[in-house]
Amino acid sequence: MTFLEKYKDEIADILSRYPVRRSALIPLLYVAQRDQGYVTESAMQEIAHLLRLTPPQVYETITFYTMFNLKPAGTFHIQVCKSLMCALVGSDTVIEWIKTKLGIGPGESTADGLFSLSVVECLAACGTGPMMQINEDYYEQLTENKLDRILTDLRSTGTSPLKSGPFMWPEPVKT
Amino acid sequence: MPKHELILLKNMMQPGYTGSLADYEKTGGYQALRNTLGKIAPADVTAIVRKSGLRGRGGAGFPTGVKWGFLPKDYQGPRYLCCNADESEPGTFKDRQLMERDPHQVLEGIVLACYAIGSETAYIYIRGEMVLGSKILEHAIGEARAAGYIGKNVLGSGINVDVWVHRGAGAYICGEETALLESLEGKRGLPRIKPPFPATHGLYNKPTVVNNVETLANLPHIITRGPEWFAAIGSPPKSTGTRVFCVSGHVKRPGNYEVPMGMTVRELVYEYAGGMRSNKPLKAFIPGGASAPFLTPAHLDVKLDFEHVAAAGSMLGSGGVTVMEEGTSMVWAALRLMEFFYHESCGKCSPCREGSSWLVQTMRRIFAKRGRMEDLETLLDLCKNIAGRTVCAFGDAEVAPIQSTLKHWRHEYVDLINEAEAANLIRPEPVARR
Repeated sequence: MTFLEKYKDEIADILSRYPVRRSALIPLLYVAQRDQGYVTESAMQEIAHLLRLTPPQVYETITFYTMFNLKPAGTFHIQVCKSLMCALVGSDTVIEWIKTKLGIGPGESTADGLFSLSVVECLAACGTGPMMQINEDYYEQLTENKLDRILTDLRSTGTSPLKSGPFMWPEPVKT
Repeated sequence: MPKHELILLKNMMQPGYTGSLADYEKTGGYQALRNTLGKIAPADVTAIVRKSGLRGRGGAGFPTGVKWGFLPKDYQGPRYLCCNADESEPGTFKDRQLMERDPHQVLEGIVLACYAIGSETAYIYIRGEMVLGSKILEHAIGEARAAGYIGKNVLGSGINVDVWVHRGAGAYICGEETALLESLEGKRGLPRIKPPFPATHGLYNKPTVVNNVETLANLPHIITRGPEWFAAIGSPPKSTGTRVFCVSGHVKRPGNYEVPMGMTVRELVYEYAGGMRSNKPLKAFIPGGASAPFLTPAHLDVKLDFEHVAAAGSMLGSGGVTVMEEGTSMVWAALRLMEFFYHESCGKCSPCREGSSWLVQTMRRIFAKRGRMEDLETLLDLCKNIAGRTVCAFGDAEVAPIQSTLKHWRHEYVDLINEAEAANLIRPEPVARR
């Protein structure tokens, strides 16, 4: 089954939101990436055909944005923020700790394909740094203990209760 | 604490408030919409907003009502509202909280803005990383649609408003309004040359308004309580209302604090954010996100409003206040921000694309104690040739950390270079390109 057939309804829904087809490009690339973990060449071609774009037009858009992978990432893609605000409160220590724990550097994946590490710029959680994003979830106010727990949780259950909920900081004072 | 009435963060500070439609309605939510649609003429809504003095909360601070007034009045085709939720400025995290904790407040503002400008379609361009925020907004839109606040014939008024969430994909530049429009059209997020302005040639070349999340969230309150009420808060006449300041860095209680504009940095840092984390003296702060020049302890009594911060040589920008304690290397801090700008330059304009690369390489060399005294002149010369010579304001933003740290802490650069010269380590090593 092709990508377009597999997500026929979802794609139709996305297309209905825009008066100009090309606007659906980024949303469709997200669908493709969710399917395979990265945007495959065949998905790119199908999307190009659907939106009446040339493959280079799709490719130039994909390569501009950092969130699209052109090759598979680890099951858990760890992205640690290294911008000034997180760096002031210790993001470099977090990166070093992950390197030691997983034995990989930025841009690398563990041999079992479970984790990959990236060092990224600001993720809009400056007040709760140091922080990282793993797949779709934010993890904030990281400490070495917290990091250990998160990695253990992910290995054993695939998720961690330490992930952030709706953002609120500072929290209201309880009366 | 807080000593002032909260407007935008008030609901979410209540115990048990979930941000659901039921919760929002209980606090008087959507009353502004009920009292406006079909009862106040769209042009009058614009006039109310203009009278309130509300200025854009995204960074540029342009008066919102005036911006709406630029739309062509006699244009018959579609027009669009884009909610700029691409919060990516280092130091800023307020829109995230507004969207995740009280999404209906933002949605009500969006529908009101759509009504005022005559738009039937609004897109919320949210930064791609904020997956949780986009899910919460999608859910809230579903609730509002079911309750008749969004969709065809809103509240029986004959007005149609559709709101869609559009996730970006990790590009800082897409917070710039024309780059946002390009990105929303499915292209690379490269800023457009202005004029023409989005007011006449925006999304799909149609009249378009781009407003920040916090700006829109203010609208229901302005409509309900009147422009005079809003205009009396803060530092009238030019900086009215409150601002949600995001305090980060070396403070005891970092976070989002909503205060009337005109509060001093000292009050915000020492009374609200609890003062310095390790009780070391404050060494430097940025008053308005990474694009704003650094200021010193001598500026602690500067009022946080558009004019006073500008007069002090910086800008209020997106409201991201980052505080650094004594002992922080200013060369390092400027380098960290420079690395951000180097990574995020979209590449459209040569001065910014090439200049950011040269700046970051020179800064890395100085910080690695391989700098030369003439590097300082090179840095300033580069800055001069980038700022004001690019399509968007990114060029001005990227030189701010370097120019301001060189202005206030030049001796730190000089010390590093002197060390390099004393150790005869001045031979530069090639720096890996990205």
